[in-house]
Amino acid sequence: MAFEGLSDRLQDIFKKLRGKGKIGEEDVKTAMREVRLALLEADVNFKVVKDFVERVRQRAVGQEVLQSLTPGQQIIKVVHDEMTALMGGSESKLNLAAKPPSIYMLVGLQGAGKTTTVAKLGRNLLKQGRRPVLVAGDIYRPAAIKQLQVLGEQVGIPVFSMGQSNPVDIARASLEYARSQNRDIVILDTAGRLHINEELMDELKQIKSAINPHEILLVVDAMTGQDAVNVAESFNRDLGLTGVILTKLDGDTRGGAALSVKAVTGCPIKYVGMGEKLDALETFFPDRMASRILGMGDILSLVEKAQANIDQEKAREMERKIRKQEFTLEDFLEQMQQVRSMGPLDELLGMIPGIGKQMKGFKGEFDEREILRIEAIIKSMTLQERRDTSIINGSRKKRIARGSGTKVQEVNRLLKQFEESRKLMKQFADLGGKKGKRGGMPPIRFPF
Amino acid sequence: MAFFDRFKFKKKDKENEEIPWEKEAEPGEESPEEEPRETLGAEENGSEEAASPSLAGENGHSSIFDRFKTKKENGRAEEKEQAQPADDVEAVEREEDAYEKEVNGKKTKWGFLDKLKKGLSKTRENTIGKIEALVKSSKKLDDDFWEELEEILIQADVGVNTTIELVDNIKKAAKKQKMHDSSEVLELIKDEIRKLLEYNNVPLNIPQGELAVILVVGVNGAGKTTSIAKLAYRFHEEGKKVLLGAADTFRAAAIDQLNIWADRVGVEIIKHQEGSDPGAVVFDAIHASRARHADILIIDTAGRLQNKANLMKEISKIKNIIQREIPEAPHEVLLVLDATTGQNAISQAKIFEEATGVTGLILSKLDGTAKGGIILAVEKELKIPVKLVGIGEGLEDLRDFSPQIFTEALFACNGGD
Repeated sequence: MAFEGLSDRLQDIFKKLRGKGKIGEEDVKTAMREVRLALLEADVNFKVVKDFVERVRQRAVGQEVLQSLTPGQQIIKVVHDEMTALMGGSESKLNLAAKPPSIYMLVGLQGAGKTTTVAKLGRNLLKQGRRPVLVAGDIYRPAAIKQLQVLGEQVGIPVFSMGQSNPVDIARASLEYARSQNRDIVILDTAGRLHINEELMDELKQIKSAINPHEILLVVDAMTGQDAVNVAESFNRDLGLTGVILTKLDGDTRGGAALSVKAVTGCPIKYVGMGEKLDALETFFPDRMASRILGMGDILSLVEKAQANIDQEKAREMERKIRKQEFTLEDFLEQMQQVRSMGPLDELLGMIPGIGKQMKGFKGEFDEREILRIEAIIKSMTLQERRDTSIINGSRKKRIARGSGTKVQEVNRLLKQFEESRKLMKQFADLGGKKGKRGGMPPIRFPF
Repeated sequence: MAFFDRFKFKKKDKENEEIPWEKEAEPGEESPEEEPRETLGAEENGSEEAASPSLAGENGHSSIFDRFKTKKENGRAEEKEQAQPADDVEAVEREEDAYEKEVNGKKTKWGFLDKLKKGLSKTRENTIGKIEALVKSSKKLDDDFWEELEEILIQADVGVNTTIELVDNIKKAAKKQKMHDSSEVLELIKDEIRKLLEYNNVPLNIPQGELAVILVVGVNGAGKTTSIAKLAYRFHEEGKKVLLGAADTFRAAAIDQLNIWADRVGVEIIKHQEGSDPGAVVFDAIHASRARHADILIIDTAGRLQNKANLMKEISKIKNIIQREIPEAPHEVLLVLDATTGQNAISQAKIFEEATGVTGLILSKLDGTAKGGIILAVEKELKIPVKLVGIGEGLEDLRDFSPQIFTEALFACNGGD
């Protein structure tokens, strides 16, 4: 998970502050020095760090913070506010043309992830009921056109291509195509290029003036170092960017580029790439990202994901079962499948406040294939066995293991895990019961 | 295994450090700046052009590679080779310039140093330009000076830890030598950076007379496929029979991309369908290489972020398959690092090293990045040698990483271009 390292460092720094009843200017200064180092190590641009630290320091030594009852908390709030502001305040949506088609052009360095992002963005818009067309404008890299065609097929969106012709002509012709095919969004892929390559930058300018795109989006690799701002500045100067898409944010990069690019170019980050799968493109929410970086979790995103993926009725039924301890392996399987539909587990865990860091030991252990194995084991049981695990004896275990292609030990492990999670759920249920039903965010009512 | 590989390197490096570099340092230090400038100047005048063909002989383009051969033949006595004094560097440059001209025929556009210089010009403007400006502007060695030096290095992606250590070393050395003037410090900075890069004088491990397997790994978009094409071109030019294994079965059209390169370079490729098991591709590629008596097999793998545990397991498995087929293979596991990457490069190097026992780095896209600083951080933390650098889009734009040339090019004066 991106930002992990950064958020660890910052949390440690703030933990020291939080414990203190009184905070002096000296404490703030020490903390800010550490914040500065943490940000620098996270590849946040040097100048951005300087400004950021100075702004936080000034606000932090102000009256409202130091004289409040919880100065430590207040400082974190200040950092959170400033970080949100740094990343652009609130989410920023794509511009739509008054008269379709809306034209989006993706630009960036080689290997930033433009082609993949074109397909992801297309899929995203398709899901919103739009009718996009993808345009293969990367005529230089071998098989780039083929790549987009394959991806287009995977997401079910037509791809417009004209082989190796002039990119400007391709761009122009694609508009005609979109109009004739009644497509309302054109997403143009371009070849990766260096920001210092004048010839190729000129080509982009020509494309821009030929088709007047409504969005020119810079695709930036989240792992980029201090150079990110130079790249962004150059592209912005030459083309006038309207936004940024940050890719590969699912890596373990500290993601400082995210914090810098907006600050330097003023262009908001509109989307982030969170995985190799074509549905792994998310809207970027600066405030939520700031929460995640500071280890405050991102409950909002989690709830949204849950709502989008989990059947409310089923969830209520599940909750009842947990409370009454009627929770069986069958339910376990079903629940697991639902949670899985929400996205990779470690990503979900990172969104839960306070969990992100504690779960660190498990990171990387969440093997999606492990879940498949568990599924196989449960499915190899009879209905009876699923409902009452106590009847599973040695010979049954052997049969289950054979049926699922696993070993008896693995069956044992699963049974043990299930027992434990049942216990855990009972605890949760008891807790929730005592406190009453006040949590207003179904279906997840676990009192974290 | 991985642990052992690494140990071997450290040992080798130590030997290098103790014997050859001491010797080399002397002549190198006398005129560290002048050497490359001289060569460059000569070349611009055109006089170098006349000199180089005679130097390189009839097949001038193979001369750098001859150097490898001799090294390999000498086997363990490779230190001897390295112990040659630094004026050898100049000869290498000339050889490589010759190489450039021979290969490109009429396109005698860039000499090696020119190219590297061009690629690094941004680095120099931003980093070294700043260092020189700093050195010239503030005369006194006060806290401000050191702080500013730190800032410059951090902005070059050198990383906080490496920077602090580097600056501390320079500080101490300056104190010891009773320096008060900041201009003297420039030499010290160069020395420190050169020291960090000393680990890099390790050539590619290509055994003679048997199949050499090179596994290429890295994160998505680092430039693996392109680097492989360049590497294949290089070996192909050298007269070796090269085979490519298209084990990136995941990314859309990755196989086609490698296939196009293979056609352009004129080498054979072993491929399966998209989505098939990369391990099977590797297995087939090894058997095909044997059957066809290939000298070198280069295996392309799918890009993967290092924190994806499953994918890292997969790459370990691929390595194990190679090892099972040929116990001493892969002879090289090359990690491609994008030179624009920030501190994450360290994590990449660490985790890929654990999973596959990386034996060398390819630093790609060095023509675009403004900073070469990440190398210093990676070298300090991991001591994995940078073996090759990508300095342009052409097939011939993959070069040996020479710390000597690199450092000199890095510090060459801006007035030159």
